[in-house]
Formats: sequence, structure tokens, C-alpha cells
Amino acid sequence: MKRHPIAKWIAAAAAVCLVLTGTAMADTIKLGVAGPHSGDLASYGIPTVKAAELVVKDINAAGGVNGKMVELLVEDDVCKPEIATNTATKLVSQGVNVVLGHICSGATKAALGIYKSANIIVMSPSATNPALTQSGDYPNFYRTIASDDAQARLEVDFALDTLKVKKIAVLHDKGDYGKGLAEFAKKFLEADNRAELVLYEGITPGAVDYSAVVQKIKRSGAEAVIFGGYHPEASKLVTLMRKKKMDIYFISDDGVKDDTFIKVAGEYAEGVYATGPKDVANNPMTIKAVKEHKDAYGEDPGAFFENAYAAALALLNAIEQADSTDYDAIANALHNDLVDTPLGKIKFDERGDAIGVGFSVYQVQGGQYVEVK
Amino acid sequence: MVSPAPRFLAAPRNVAQRNGLDSMDWEYTAELFLGGLTRGSIYALIALGYTMVYGIIELINFAHGEIYMIGAFTGLIVTGVLTMMGWNEVAILVIAATVAMIYSSCYGYTIEKIAYKPIRNAPRLSALISAIGMSLFLQNYVLLAQTSDFLPFPALIPEIGWWKPYSHIISSAEIVLIITTAVVMILLNFLIKFTRIGKAMRATSQDRKMAMLTGVDINGVISMTFIVGSATAALGGVLIASHIGQINFYIGFIAGIKAFVAAVLGGIGSVPGAVLGSLVLGWTESFFTGYVSSDYEDVFAFIFLVCILIFRPAGILGRSDTEKV
Amino acid sequence: MLTFTEIKRSFLVSVWFMFLTFPIMVIRVNTIENVVIWRWKNMLFVGAGSFVLSFVWRFLMRRKEVGSKDAEAGGTSKSIFQRFMEEKRLYYPALGAISVIVVLFPLVFSMYQVNIMISGLTYVMLGLGLNIVIGLAGLLDLGYVAFYAVGAYAYALLNYHFGVSFWIALPIGAGLAALFGIILGFPVLRLRGDYLAIVTLGFGEIIRLILENWNEFSFGPSGIANIPRPAIPGIEFTLHQNTIFIYYLVVLLVVFTIFVVNRLQDSRIGRAWIALREDEVACQAMGIDKTKTKLTAFALGATWAGMAGVVFAGKTTFINPASFTIWESVMILCIVVLGGMGSILGVVVGAGFLILIPEYFRAFSEYRMLAFGAALILMMVFRPGGIVSGMRKTYQFEGIENGEASDKKA
Repeated sequence: MKRHPIAKWIAAAAAVCLVLTGTAMADTIKLGVAGPHSGDLASYGIPTVKAAELVVKDINAAGGVNGKMVELLVEDDVCKPEIATNTATKLVSQGVNVVLGHICSGATKAALGIYKSANIIVMSPSATNPALTQSGDYPNFYRTIASDDAQARLEVDFALDTLKVKKIAVLHDKGDYGKGLAEFAKKFLEADNRAELVLYEGITPGAVDYSAVVQKIKRSGAEAVIFGGYHPEASKLVTLMRKKKMDIYFISDDGVKDDTFIKVAGEYAEGVYATGPKDVANNPMTIKAVKEHKDAYGEDPGAFFENAYAAALALLNAIEQADSTDYDAIANALHNDLVDTPLGKIKFDERGDAIGVGFSVYQVQGGQYVEVK
Repeated sequence: MVSPAPRFLAAPRNVAQRNGLDSMDWEYTAELFLGGLTRGSIYALIALGYTMVYGIIELINFAHGEIYMIGAFTGLIVTGVLTMMGWNEVAILVIAATVAMIYSSCYGYTIEKIAYKPIRNAPRLSALISAIGMSLFLQNYVLLAQTSDFLPFPALIPEIGWWKPYSHIISSAEIVLIITTAVVMILLNFLIKFTRIGKAMRATSQDRKMAMLTGVDINGVISMTFIVGSATAALGGVLIASHIGQINFYIGFIAGIKAFVAAVLGGIGSVPGAVLGSLVLGWTESFFTGYVSSDYEDVFAFIFLVCILIFRPAGILGRSDTEKV
Repeated sequence: MLTFTEIKRSFLVSVWFMFLTFPIMVIRVNTIENVVIWRWKNMLFVGAGSFVLSFVWRFLMRRKEVGSKDAEAGGTSKSIFQRFMEEKRLYYPALGAISVIVVLFPLVFSMYQVNIMISGLTYVMLGLGLNIVIGLAGLLDLGYVAFYAVGAYAYALLNYHFGVSFWIALPIGAGLAALFGIILGFPVLRLRGDYLAIVTLGFGEIIRLILENWNEFSFGPSGIANIPRPAIPGIEFTLHQNTIFIYYLVVLLVVFTIFVVNRLQDSRIGRAWIALREDEVACQAMGIDKTKTKLTAFALGATWAGMAGVVFAGKTTFINPASFTIWESVMILCIVVLGGMGSILGVVVGAGFLILIPEYFRAFSEYRMLAFGAALILMMVFRPGGIVSGMRKTYQFEGIENGEASDKKA
């Protein structure tokens, strides 16, 4: 994932050139890509840049969008709201037409206001906060990933309908994503009288030991744990639970549906359920995208790659269909024209969520995630 | 390994336990106690080095947590290389711990020479800021040279066969941790109380100038303290990482702050105090999580620290000396 | 200078560092895939780098020693900045030129540049506030960001619940932050040095953790969105105009801060802070009320952070607890330390260095924190006073004919 220092010099020089010549090359379509490209969250942002590079390379090789070349403007926001506003103003100053990003929900929220007043459409491959599409505050926002409440709904339904458990403990990692998800799970459970919420608690990420929390789960008599958060904490929890001979169900989210989780937790990961985007591995476009990535960068793509690939395609396709970079025309195309992406044929509903992009439940079986039908 | 059937068998047992609340509560308390003991031992392994350094030069070595982290990383690297060569677990554990201790000692020595020695006579504030800078530097050094992701650390401490039936109460890895902490504490105490270098350390911490006049090699003694303290941190790094199962560049900072709180609780500068303070902090956190909530676990730990500092600033075992003017 | 022994020493240093960084820099293991990557090139870089740097290190060390001998011998070691500021013929025109640049800036440069300037100026405010606590009163506060958070959340929450406008929130945020300053000040009155640092660090974390956990109060980690930007009632601003408006607002606030801090420095309470920093016991013996002095330092320091927080919330329109971590405190500390503790100009220069330079060199952002860490150490070792060190006021008696004693401003 790390770029060579010299590449960085070149990138810097290129950035300077772009700024200087930005106005001269007016006849290109400018696709902004924003997200964390450095720092501890870079691994969530860089796959999106690579997806955009691949899509743009293909499209430019095929003659561009209606004859215009597509130009990428990549900006780092380190997932911080305060930096994201600077990133957004920079992209706006450089005259972007559409933006692919941002990656984190918080940074996206901070940046959207700026894009909104500049009439720029933004599409995120990864920001799952429900308010982004449901509050109505961000009409210029679209995404190729389903929102957190959909995921929490699926987790709760799965626990109640398929596993038929009566007592559920909900845990989270106190973070934006994990706690948001857990809040929804809690709300859905409280509204449903088929099961009892026996424990609702946040764990401290990075703590040296979770045995007290695990004992507490044991004492609560929960038959299933729903955990909102990422894989490092999940693997610690699961390992400890299994070591303490607690074989209750463990249901978690997209942050845990990561192969690293299985590799870290090893044999203890067996039987863990996690929700994740619908399996698209057999989609020919996905196979093609992953192959392109392997050829270009020599490794498997990272987090949100398919979503980002789909988002870049959807944005550029909308511009092509609309035959303009006008806000309303693009929005109209996004809502009405189906586009073929690695996530399947998608278009967007009036709130900006992709229709047909949802989650399925997976279970770790024999060292890999298998979709539960 | 996990099939749905036994899970439903577990349900009636829980109901039964609910009915017999008394025995359940006793068991629960005991389990929280053991959890706190493990947690306390983890803090103690880091706090010991902290307290030694503070005892000698009265400096919060913020970079101590980072040395622990570098120890863990070195351990992981050695483990990775040796695993590929097909060595067995115990041998790997011993070699990884040794190499990590050697390397961390070197880091500790170098850090002292670069960041602390040149400003030994400057105001305290300068040394503290320099320590924060060192901590920041080392974190980002590992972040850039290695990775920002969590890396899995293989469990090097094997489950002992005959202990298996009891391992859900306390695993052999946890026992190893607790025993190591006790042994390290006793060794350090012996080193400080009964050896020549220990005597020199005590003299230096009491009055640096006077010690110098009596022929103590101050620079040597301070370097030695950093070396011993860092080696302890590295030993902790390897054992703790192997127990927790994953590391990243940031583990040192969180653990370091907690360990410092523990050292202050016990009375900074005192070796048994650091262990006692760590255990008290471990138990407090464990029971607070168990009976109240883990939401405010850290808040509680910090408030506890503030209270101790207000009502008993010297800590549980610390000597409260009056300020010389 | 390049004698054989020098080269030998540098060579040994470089060998030592190559050995030291060997596992972390050269080897990279992947225990999952069981792959080991050897990066020998890095070792070469480390070796060459430390070889060169060891010369620089020794050169700086020698210069430092010479410098301290000079100082002992009574030599003046005034920095360029100080000499510049004393030269009134140069100083006033320069000040005028800077004012013109500051005023014209948003009219000439793009919105992006203006936005960055706003960030930089916000940090100037934060730095000046922390400067009161650290630079003047000598209390190391590692939880300063908590007051920043208090200001930001005060505006966000008051606006969310009661529709309070920016202009009313600004003094409320400042006042609340001052109150929190006093709340923090009380328990730590008896602590000094390291204990104070760790308790303030704890305080900062407590505030952040409460904001993160108490959903009913602060909306938890998902934060508060749609905070209105500051505006004049009745006037519709476009985003660009609004940014320019915020820019001028922040400029005014910074000028106000500089004015107040400058006056405070020369006031009775400012002298008391400096006395407290130099020697607590002697200071008490002189009849200074330690409690009152410390509490005012915390309260007045916090006030600026509160104000900066309100501006921050208004500018980003979205806040969450993740913006107020301990590293933000360290960042502000860096500004104060690098710029020069106790010096107003120093803080301004420090903020310029730390906020603007990384923003314009985005391509190197990965190395930013590494560089900050190194800069903190190097500053403390070679130039503890910072880039622009605060100068002590000196009073000279120049004879009765001249009338008053000349008073050289720092």
C-alpha cells in the first residue's frame, strides 16, 4: 500500500502542475477522490483511489466520456472533519465536476455542505451513517453501500428469525460506526418482544483485557452477542469468549467481515456470523475489476474496492448519459439510468441510496466466510 | 468447532444459575478478581520500568510505552522469521523475548543519550516535552516502517495439557504472565537493594551531585537504569502481545498511560509500589466494569488517579518527602 | 573539521543506528501468509542518514556549548527577531505591510487558501491561550483540547436545542471554557510538573470520553452536523462570502487575543504568573496568592480555547469527539514550544510553521507527525526557547537627565 518516496515527489510536482495548469485544461471531466490516504486509516481510503484510477484508465482508453478525457484529482482528508472541509474547498477551487468520497461518515458530513453550495454531486463507497441519506440535509449525496440501520435490522432479524434466541447482549466499541450500529440494534430489539436485551455496553478499543466484559456477558445469560465495531476488538472478544468456554452466537458487522478477522482469531473464529455486502465475487465485472487490480498493483484489492469501483462507474456513466456536467442532469441520470457495476445493475433512489445494494449474513466455516442462505 | 447444538444446551444452565444467585455471584466476583489480577500484572510489567526511570531522574519517560511497543514488534519479527524456519513454540518464545529485550535496551539507551541527557540540567518542562516528542517520533517511526494495521501475534505460550480443564478459569498464558511479573519484581527489588549498581542507583536518585562526588559514574548508572527498565518493558511486550494476540503501533501509548497511572497509584519510584498500584488499578477497572459499566472504565481510572493525587500524593507505598527549598 | 576521528565517530554512530533499526526498518513479516520481506535498501538509507546527521548533531552541540559560554561571559544572544522588533524604523513598516497582506488576502487568493488561513489563525488563538498556561505560568497542560471541545460543543448543543446564534454562543462558549478551567484548576492546585501533566492529560481524556459515551447529551461518536456558519442576521451569504467573513472574524479575534494577552503579560497578574513559573516558593514568599494566580491562568488560558472552539464548530459545521484527542493537545503544545514559550510572536510563527507548511506539502503528510516528534526533541535540546524566544523585560537606569527608564518591549 505504501508508495515509494520518489513517487511522492512526482505526485507533489504533478499536484503543483495541476494547480498551475488547472484552468488551461478546461475540457476534461474532473473526478475528485477524497478520503484518508495517509495516517492510521489509510487502508480504508487507498483502495478507493486505486479503483478510481482503474476505472478512469479504462474509460480514457476507450475514448473518454463523450469524447472528454477524465482527470483524477486525489486529495487526502485523514478522516478528520476539520481537514475534510479544507479538502473539499480545495477540490471545489480546482473545479471538480463530481466527487468520489469521502470515506468516513464524519468527514463526509463536514465536507458535504461545501459541495452542496457548489452544486457538486458526491458519491461515497463507504460512508454508512443513516442520516446522510435519511435526514434530507444532503440532497447531493449518493452512496453505493447500504446504511447502518439496514445492517442492524438484518443482524437483529437474523438473530430472532433464524437463530431464534431469546436473550441478546449488544456490545459496541464506542466508535462512530460501531456505536451507531449498536444503537440501532438496541432500538430494534426493544421494539420487538420476541427477545430480551440483557446487556448493552461499550468496550474500550485498545484495552489490554476484556475478561470483565466477557464475564458480564456470561452472567447476563445472553444466548447471542451482537457486536458493533471492527475486527481487532471482535477477535479479542471472540477468542476470550471461546477460551472461557462460552459457545454462544457471535453476530457482527461489515467491520468484522474481513479475512484478517479469521486469520487473527484462528480456530476461534469458526461459527461467527457477520453481515457484509452481498456476495458479488461471481459477478463478471467484479472478477474483471479484481483482476485489473492484481495486474496493476500486484495484490488483492482492499476495503470498499468494489463499492468504489461501482461508484466511479456510476458517476461517469451518469455524466455520459446526461451529456453534461450539470447538477440536475447528472442527478436525473443517477436516479433513472441503470448502470452495470461490480455490485450488479444499480440506480439510486430519491434519497441517494443505491437500489439493490444490500447486505447478507455470512458465517465463518472452515476458515472462510460463507454466505448463509 | 462450534455447532448450534451445545449452545441450546447452555441455555438451561444459565436459568439454573439465575436461580442460585448466591453461588453465581461468588463465582462472578472470583472471576472478576482473576481478570483484574491478569490486567494488573500486564500493567505492572510496564509500570516497573516507568517507576525505575522516574526514581532515578524524576522524569516521566513518555517513550517507555513506545519501548514496550517496539519490544512487541521486535518479538513479532523474530517470531515470524523463526516460525518460517520451523522452530518450536517455546524456543521461539525464549529467543523472541531475548532479542526483544536486547533491542529494547539498545533503544532505551539511545533514547536517553539523544533526548534526555543533553537537557538533564534544563527545567523539568523541557525534559517532559522532549519525552512527548520521542513518544510521537517512535510511534510514527514504527507506523511508517511497518504498518498501521493490526498484526496478529501468534500465541507462543502453549496450553499445558494437564491444566486444560481449568484453562477457562485462568489460562496458562495468564499464569505465566502473573508469575513473570512476580519474578521480575523480586529480581528488580534485589538488584536495587543488594547489588553494587543498585546502591549506586539509590545514591543517584537521592542526590545526584553528592553521588558523583563519592565516585559514582552517574551517566553509567542512568544508562543502566534505562537499559534495565527497557528490557522489562520488552519482556512485557512479548508476553502481553502473545496473550492478547495482536499488536499495532499505538498499543504502547494507551498501555503506557495506564501503567503510569498505576505507578503513581503505588507510589512512583517504588518497585513493589508499582506492582501494588497496577494490581489495584487492574482490580478497580475489572470490578467497575463488572458491577457498573465499561462505558466509563477509563473515566473512572482517571478520576481515581486524581483522587489519589489529591489525598495521598505520594501514592500507596511512596515516601512523602517534604520539598527542599 | 573533517578529521579522521570525526569520520570514525560518525561511522560508528551510523553502524549503531543500522543495528538499532535493523528489525523494524528492514524486516517485515506477515505472520498470516508466512511471508518475510527483507528491505535492505532501508538499511542503506539509515546508515547514510545517520552518518550525515551525526556530523550535524555534533556541530550543533558544539555551537550550543559555545553559545552558553558566551552567555556566561555576558555576551548578548538576541535573536534576529528581537533585534528586528527593537528597530522601530523597520518594525512599524513591517507591521503595516503584514496588516495590508492580511486584509487583502481573501480578496486575492482562492477560497481554499482562505480556508487554510482560517485554520492557521484558529491555531494561533489556541496557541496564545495555551501560552498563558505553559509559557507564562509554567504549568504543563496536556488536556488543553478539552476546553476547545467545551467551546465547540457549547455552540453546537445550544444551537441544536435552543437555536442560539453564533454571536451569543461565542461569549457563552468562552465563559463555559473558563469555568471548566477553574474546575480543572481546583484539584490540581497542589500538583506540579509531571503529576500536573498526567492529571491534565486525564482531564482531557475524561471530557472526550464523556462526549463519546453520553449519547443523550452529546449525540455520542456520530457527532453533531449542520451547525450554522456565523453570519450577519438578515444577510444571505454565499459559501465563498461566508468563508471570507469568517476569515475577517478570526483575524479580528486573533488581534483581540494578541492585544489582551499582551496587556495581561505586562499586568500585575502576568508578573505573578512569571514569578510562579520561576519559583513557586519564592513567589509565595513575596506575598502572591498562589491559588488565585494558578486558577486565573487556567481560566484565562481556557477562555481562548473556548472561543476557538466556537469558531471551529461554526467553520466546519460538523463536530465529533474524534477531533478532540490528546494528539490535538500535543499539536497545540508543539506550536507553543516550537514558536517560543512565552512569546506572542513565537506562537504566531509556530502556528504558521505547523499548520500551513503541512497543508501546502500534502504529499508528505505521512511524515508530518514523525517530523513534529523530532522537532520537539531537537527544539528542547538545541533551542529550548523556541524559534522566537520570549525576551525578559529589562529595565535600565539611564541617568536622571533622560527622565524615564527606557522600556524595551518584548
